[in-house]
Amino acid sequence: MDKIKSLEMVNITKKFPGVIANKDVHLKVESGEVLALLGENGAGKTTLMNILYGLYHPNSGRILINDQEVKIDSPKKALDLGIGMVHQHFMLVPSLTVTENVALGIKFKSKFSMDLDNVAQKIKLLSKKHDLNIDSSLLISDLSVGERQKVEIIKALYFNANILVLDEPTAALTPQETDDLIKWLRSVIKEGMGVIFISHKLNEVMNVSDRVEVLRNGKNVFSTPISKTNINQLARKMAGHDVELPTVERKNKFGNTIIELENVWAKNERGLDALRGVNLTIRKGEILGIAGVSGNGQKELAESITGLQKIYKGDIRFKGESIANKSVQSIIDKGMGYIPEDRLHMGTIPGFKVKENLILKDYLRSPFSKIFLLDRTYIKDYCKSTVDEYDVRCPNINTPTHALSGGNIQKLILSRELKREPDALVASYPIRGVDIAAVQYIHEKLLEARDNDMGILLITEELDELINLSDRIAVIYEDQILDVIDTAEADKSKLGLLMAGIKEGSR
Amino acid sequence: MRNNIIKILFNILVLSISFIVALLFGSIILLIAGVNPLVAYQAMIIRPISSVYGLSEALVRSIPLMMVGIGISIAFRSKMINIGGEGQIQLGAVAAGAAALAIPGVPKAIAIPIIILVGFTVGGIWGGIAGWMKAKLSVNEVLSTVMLNYIAFQLYLFLIRGPLIDPSEIAWGTGVPQTARMPDSTIFERLIQQGQRIHSGIFIALIIAILVYFLLWRTTFGFRLRAVGEEPKAANYAGIKVDKYLILAMVLSGGMAGIAGTIEVIGVHHRVLEGLSANYGFSGIVVALFGRLHPIGVIPASFFFGLLLIGAEMMQRAVNIPSALVISIQGLVILAVVSSNLLLENPKYRKKFLGFLMQNN
Amino acid sequence: MAINEILNLILRILTVAIAVSAPYLFAAIGEMFSQKSGVLNLGVEGIMMLGAFVAFYFAWAYESILLGIILAVFVGALMGLLMSFVSVTLKAKQGISGIGLYMFGWGVAGTLFRLFIGGVEDIAGLPNLHLGFLSELPILGKLLFSHNILVYLAFLLVPISWYVLYKTSWGLKVRAVGSTPRAADTMGTNVNKIRYQCVILGSMLAALGGAYLSVAQANMFANDLVAGRGFIAVALVYFGRWKPFGILKGAMLFSIANGFQRWYQISGSTFPYEVTVIFPYLLIIIVLALSHEKFAEPTALTVPYDREFKG
Repeated sequence: MDKIKSLEMVNITKKFPGVIANKDVHLKVESGEVLALLGENGAGKTTLMNILYGLYHPNSGRILINDQEVKIDSPKKALDLGIGMVHQHFMLVPSLTVTENVALGIKFKSKFSMDLDNVAQKIKLLSKKHDLNIDSSLLISDLSVGERQKVEIIKALYFNANILVLDEPTAALTPQETDDLIKWLRSVIKEGMGVIFISHKLNEVMNVSDRVEVLRNGKNVFSTPISKTNINQLARKMAGHDVELPTVERKNKFGNTIIELENVWAKNERGLDALRGVNLTIRKGEILGIAGVSGNGQKELAESITGLQKIYKGDIRFKGESIANKSVQSIIDKGMGYIPEDRLHMGTIPGFKVKENLILKDYLRSPFSKIFLLDRTYIKDYCKSTVDEYDVRCPNINTPTHALSGGNIQKLILSRELKREPDALVASYPIRGVDIAAVQYIHEKLLEARDNDMGILLITEELDELINLSDRIAVIYEDQILDVIDTAEADKSKLGLLMAGIKEGSR
Repeated sequence: MRNNIIKILFNILVLSISFIVALLFGSIILLIAGVNPLVAYQAMIIRPISSVYGLSEALVRSIPLMMVGIGISIAFRSKMINIGGEGQIQLGAVAAGAAALAIPGVPKAIAIPIIILVGFTVGGIWGGIAGWMKAKLSVNEVLSTVMLNYIAFQLYLFLIRGPLIDPSEIAWGTGVPQTARMPDSTIFERLIQQGQRIHSGIFIALIIAILVYFLLWRTTFGFRLRAVGEEPKAANYAGIKVDKYLILAMVLSGGMAGIAGTIEVIGVHHRVLEGLSANYGFSGIVVALFGRLHPIGVIPASFFFGLLLIGAEMMQRAVNIPSALVISIQGLVILAVVSSNLLLENPKYRKKFLGFLMQNN
Repeated sequence: MAINEILNLILRILTVAIAVSAPYLFAAIGEMFSQKSGVLNLGVEGIMMLGAFVAFYFAWAYESILLGIILAVFVGALMGLLMSFVSVTLKAKQGISGIGLYMFGWGVAGTLFRLFIGGVEDIAGLPNLHLGFLSELPILGKLLFSHNILVYLAFLLVPISWYVLYKTSWGLKVRAVGSTPRAADTMGTNVNKIRYQCVILGSMLAALGGAYLSVAQANMFANDLVAGRGFIAVALVYFGRWKPFGILKGAMLFSIANGFQRWYQISGSTFPYEVTVIFPYLLIIIVLALSHEKFAEPTALTVPYDREFKG
């Protein structure tokens, strides 16, 4: 196949049971340019790219390369045509080495042996040429997120990709790593690569792309050269309406300390340190934001406070009493709420009915149950009114929870946690993957809870969300709290440096 | 309500299709073996329902099947595959038998509950070992329960050949490995005379089925048990001790099988003897799947497979086709039922399938 | 006992252990391929029963052990096809479908045995090979060079399967598919095809292990001939950490321990017979309890692959 000069997707429609993910979508990218594919979560960006990569089969539509129609019915075909893809969730086998991961895609001459040395040699050359710096004999499981991304890029280059799809490539990178990536992108475009850059971060899109294509609800809604648009316009097109960030009233009076972490150390499930001497305080009526690239100890922090994670040194006090290594149940009973990161498998039980998930933390107490018998009438009434109050959209309260959309599952969790009126709440990535309307709703509720004197720990990777909601921001880096700053003094560049582990004045 | 009926009908339909697929597959085997499948199936399915004897014996078999099936459903609900039913039945039976022999003078109303409790406890401990090994050591429960089956079987043989053997077997020198006859005060009455074996243990089984339903769906205990099975991570998050409930589920599961063994002793054989468990531990898996892992669903399922089991015996006697055939058919039914879940769980297929049915009605 | 007697005893136990570990090696290495690709096949026991019956029947009725073994392996392939169709294509829950397969194999073997043979029959069995001067060697000759051909095949299978798994591109695909099927798919590997191949290969080897029992070890067939060996083979895969040489170690240790137990039993101990029979099963339970290591298991074990699954 010749080098790809232009790639075009025409009238692509893809239906999943119950939803139309793409409806008559078109898209065109040429070699030597970056096309940004923009849209909210659920707009259909990833589905479209999975179709391009042969993972999904569209219900209708055509794909043209250099104006000739091609059928891409498997990822193998896409690779052969010169389409490379760096998925948001990396497509690497952790138990294999870098070389073996590349070798997976190679058709070796002999069935009975593999020339891995040759592959390793070629990888070395590629990584030198592109300044990627990867030791190909390492296992993927030993690599950092940033390094894994480089392996994905090497894979694409190895198979001579000249159209590269990057799905949310910067989501898990530090600002510095992001800069490096963008620099690299500019260099390969000069050499004739065409790039589809998927993102919902508008700054980056403005920074890196030549043209932008906006999707909403699975349809094209806007297409323009980057020079003729601006951030506000793109935000409007993505959301479908004017976006007003809620104006948050700053508070300057807080209550007493409600949660206090003192020199907390914990190990992750692989037995490695995941929290190293963390000190933090959260006050009543305060939102303490945790900034950081995910995987720096956030999960263990949240779970130590809620009792799901054992700590081996230090102490955690809640309302003045130690809760370190206490049972989850006793911490719940003491008035701790928790919105976990994994909402489908931790925050709810997918096979349980909506009503069962709504009482997941209350079923033990009166009036939900008496002695050991569940009060079905009370539970039914309670759940009906909760669902109405929090606008959890579901056919009825007996629907299995996995049938709900992500936003509605999140509202279900939110309602359950807030209705218990806890004294403190840990909220991990509460808006990840939910649509803008739900985001606004969740933020309003969190602020309302704060105003009612709840102490909230907010973990998120969205800097806008952090700066908007938090009263103070703590930055976590490599399992430690690097710094805690007042939001009034915080700006994105300062946070970005801290998230990369660089503390001003410490150099 | 209407929705529930449609759901039940849909389930019955899918199960019937699974069963027919299994019979068709089984007939291939029969044809290879040179046997006319129609003769075999006619003997196996029609014979038991055309005599009082067949129906009574089907009910007799449905009692242990119901208990084991409920036990396996409980285990399944907490994502544990308990194939240790055989061992749990045997140990429950031998313990209950020993208990019955130990309390000859105690009035029935007290004796029977004690004996059932003993059978439940011993079966429960045997199941609980596998549960404990799963929860604490992550040992695959299928493998541990299989191994425990072999161990239990040898213990069982040892006990009925040695310490518990009927003294008269030694006195007469016959040495048949079985215990003495249970005292009259410990056995269930026959329900219909004329020599049929159906006994009042069936009421105990039905009561237990209903109790287990209440336990699972109306109590906080059941709520926790189901939560652990559906999603352990979320259960842990909600403050439930996952390990504890995994073990408890296996204790309950083994306990049900222990009751099955108990009822066989004090309801059917009135002794503990060889071959008492009759593969109920495995048939119980099919019953649980056919009952859709629901204690109430297990009731009709156990009767259905009770018919099939007695049918297989009658088939062997009448047309000399080995009753082992029924084991392979049960295996096929399991394969068909678990395969049909693709149809049941995927809304796309489900819709298509329902639409297809509507057209044809 | 004199030193001489002890050495003799050890030699006898080791010689027997080598021979009796062959069926475990066949079945466990077969199961290893299946699990490495992400399919837990718990039907090994049933496949072994059927393999044992088929091999014995043809060896007995047509007096050809070779024909028996070939047909047993063929039937094993059919069983593997059934298992993969149910578990891979229809995405059935693998733990339970394996039990279904087990009961199917068990029932069919039992039915056909009663129909076609009906009682105790025996055959000459697979002869031990005489390897010239090698078999004449003192000690080693008896220990290593006087077994039947399937024993050598079983032990040869260990390095071969290691090479296939770690040095060929097919093996690489197997390892990828069992760990991260989606990643393998994006690199052009047909996930389900690899899984079918592994399950069928595994089932053929299991059937061969079953055939070994009836035509090379017991030289007869009975309904309880396999006696849990299929499940023990699955346990050995766990013990061997999904590695051929680990499985070899497990199979040998188990067979040696079992050999000692049998010797102890024969040597006139006062232990009740039933208690000594329990020993291997107890040993396996202990082995399972001790050999757990969380991160060694193929991560996609028991998870069916669905390319369009949105998760």
